[in-house]
Amino acid sequence: MTIPKTKLKWIYETMYRIRRFEETMLEQTFKGNAMGVTHPSDGQEAPPTGICAHLTNDDWIGSTHRGHGHCIAKGLDTSAMMAEIMGRSTGQCGGKGGSMHIADFSKGMLGANAIVGASIPLAVGAALTAKYKDNETNSIGVSFFGDGATSQGILHESMNLASVWKLPVIFACENNGYAEATPAWYAVSTEDIASRAEGYGMPGIVVDGMDVFEVYDAAGEAVKRARAGEGPTLIEMKTYRYHGHFHADDTKKYRTDEEEKLFHQKDPISNFEKRVISQKLMTKTELESIKSEIEKEMLVAVEFAMNSPMPDIKDLYKDVYVEYSNSIQGLR
Amino acid sequence: MVEKTNTNPLGPGYENVPGKEMRFRDIFRDTLRAEMIRDENVFLMGEDISGGFDKKTKEPLDAWGGPFAATKGLVQEFGPKRIRDAPISEAAFTGAAVGAALTGLRPIVDLMYFDFVTVAYDQLLSNAAKSRYMFGGQTKVPMTLFARSGAGTGHAAQHSESFYSMLAHIPGLKVVVPSDPYSAKGLLAASIRDDDPVFLVNDKKLINLSGFVPDEDYTIELGKGRYLRNGNDITLVGMSYTSIVCKEAAEKLEADGISCEVIDMMSLSPFDEDILIESIKKTNNVVIVDEDTPRASMASEFAAVIADKGFDYLDSPIKRVTAPHSPVPYNRDLEKAFMPQPEDVVYSVKQVLGL
Ligand SMILES: Cc1ncc(C[n+]2csc(CCOP(=O)(O)OP(=O)(O)O)c2C)c(N)n1
Ligand SMILES: [Mg+2]
Repeated sequence: MTIPKTKLKWIYETMYRIRRFEETMLEQTFKGNAMGVTHPSDGQEAPPTGICAHLTNDDWIGSTHRGHGHCIAKGLDTSAMMAEIMGRSTGQCGGKGGSMHIADFSKGMLGANAIVGASIPLAVGAALTAKYKDNETNSIGVSFFGDGATSQGILHESMNLASVWKLPVIFACENNGYAEATPAWYAVSTEDIASRAEGYGMPGIVVDGMDVFEVYDAAGEAVKRARAGEGPTLIEMKTYRYHGHFHADDTKKYRTDEEEKLFHQKDPISNFEKRVISQKLMTKTELESIKSEIEKEMLVAVEFAMNSPMPDIKDLYKDVYVEYSNSIQGLR
Repeated sequence: MVEKTNTNPLGPGYENVPGKEMRFRDIFRDTLRAEMIRDENVFLMGEDISGGFDKKTKEPLDAWGGPFAATKGLVQEFGPKRIRDAPISEAAFTGAAVGAALTGLRPIVDLMYFDFVTVAYDQLLSNAAKSRYMFGGQTKVPMTLFARSGAGTGHAAQHSESFYSMLAHIPGLKVVVPSDPYSAKGLLAASIRDDDPVFLVNDKKLINLSGFVPDEDYTIELGKGRYLRNGNDITLVGMSYTSIVCKEAAEKLEADGISCEVIDMMSLSPFDEDILIESIKKTNNVVIVDEDTPRASMASEFAAVIADKGFDYLDSPIKRVTAPHSPVPYNRDLEKAFMPQPEDVVYSVKQVLGL
């Protein structure tokens, strides 16, 4: 698929934004400015970028504990994300969700989810809404999940359901080879997770998840199928997380240097740069100017978050329900 | 001779018992180890309980040693047959544990965070807890589960629950909540040796706390509470981490001349009705402290039992200090406000006593 220039720029900008957001967010976590655990997704920029390149705000995505990349690719504001991670009132969820629960319903982002597998049926539900309203051409559901999540029954139930009801869904598996320290070769009974698709009557495609062009092409096909009312697709993207499972996790205890090096050579961002320059699709100056804009954006995000107020203590009791007749302040 | 059941390391008779200061996490692991040595049918399943495998040799690496390193080192000693790393399939391995228990093994399941119970809940409710009863007593389900509960670590809404009552509500399932290294050893050993399914809920805030642990082999009888402190003016009832909150409140109140008795329930199902009534007969006032949300909670259950059986001894209304009826928020200040604090207990005690 040839990619229009504006899209190409968007892809680079998005991947670089994810990379720098994760690095910045980690720095802030280690400084003690995040209020909880954070799960960085640097290295895995291609899957969310290559897929969300085909989506609009009317399409919905479901995400995971490792969700910052999904948020950014879906157009969420990095300042509001950083503020959420720092627990501020200006955060994307008012400081009540944190790193593992960032959502923006105005952008078609159904929320990051800390229960492995739990967001998968939400994307199926969004696709159900689209089909119910005869709106599949404008609105589809994409569910992002990891290799580890494929061991949950909920994935299998969701795939069958989406297939039976022919819903416009993409099951987007980011196979980064590990669930916490557990390698996929140990915990997943098949070499290619994409092969699960066959049993549920949908196409299953394996792509190099370190190559945003491959992801973009496969996603383009799947999105087309979904919008045409032809039902769900499973895309498995073989990728890698550069950092640990969470901020304080040491990968040296369960991954080899050799393996880490191998994936760093496939780096989605530097390989994108090499390719667009050698194919004369973008210039070095264009890339540099995108980078420096994003560096500024990160400074702004941290500054915004650090200078934002904490939520009001009364927010504790807000939004448990839309309306509720009893006191919910507990018994004190 | 020290009683080996339901003894209290703070009580008389314990001055000369050999033992040492240990962290909760260390005695928890040592007890798992001791029980696995004691009975070869005892084995452990869960995610990353050893954590990581060498690609070439296929040998476990013990890179994580379990969530919060709870099982670190056990795989070296017992091998991957008995320390079984499982895929992220809580429903399947909890159900498989029930099946293994029905056919002669004594499985232990590490469910990691308490919030993941819901993924496995059907197996727990419909199979683990009901098999013996609905099959007319032909069988038993000797399995143990454990998971980490509690707010206060910035894990936000889906990793911080203390829904004890969701477990205690199930007939056929026993529920225990240690509050220090001493009770961790005694309750874990008793749970593993028990012939019914037992769920041990372990508040995350306890994991790095230290306390005295006797060297001897002992169990704590399931269903018994204990006194952490004797007093005359009011009874403070705690469970899991709120027992520590009660102790701290009692210390603060002592400075104001209020003498608190502190009960640590230790077991939530069955639970010790007698100790509640015994204490209230003496103090005539009670505050129950629970980090769980208040609707249909253990705090409410204890209050109901006290109202039923101890009404005549009460000088004041039964007071509960609980979390709000809300999920756990992420922001640190809100999270702190969510959890019952010693100051909240102090405030309620003064209110109850009209001071
Ligand atoms: C139901 C449930 N079980 C276990 C966990 C703990 N946990 C959090 S992330 C994770 C590994 C997930 O692996 P994967 O799906 O491959 O995603 P990745 O972390 O690699 O992005 C586990 C076991 C959880 N959050 N929810
Ligand atoms: Mg993974």
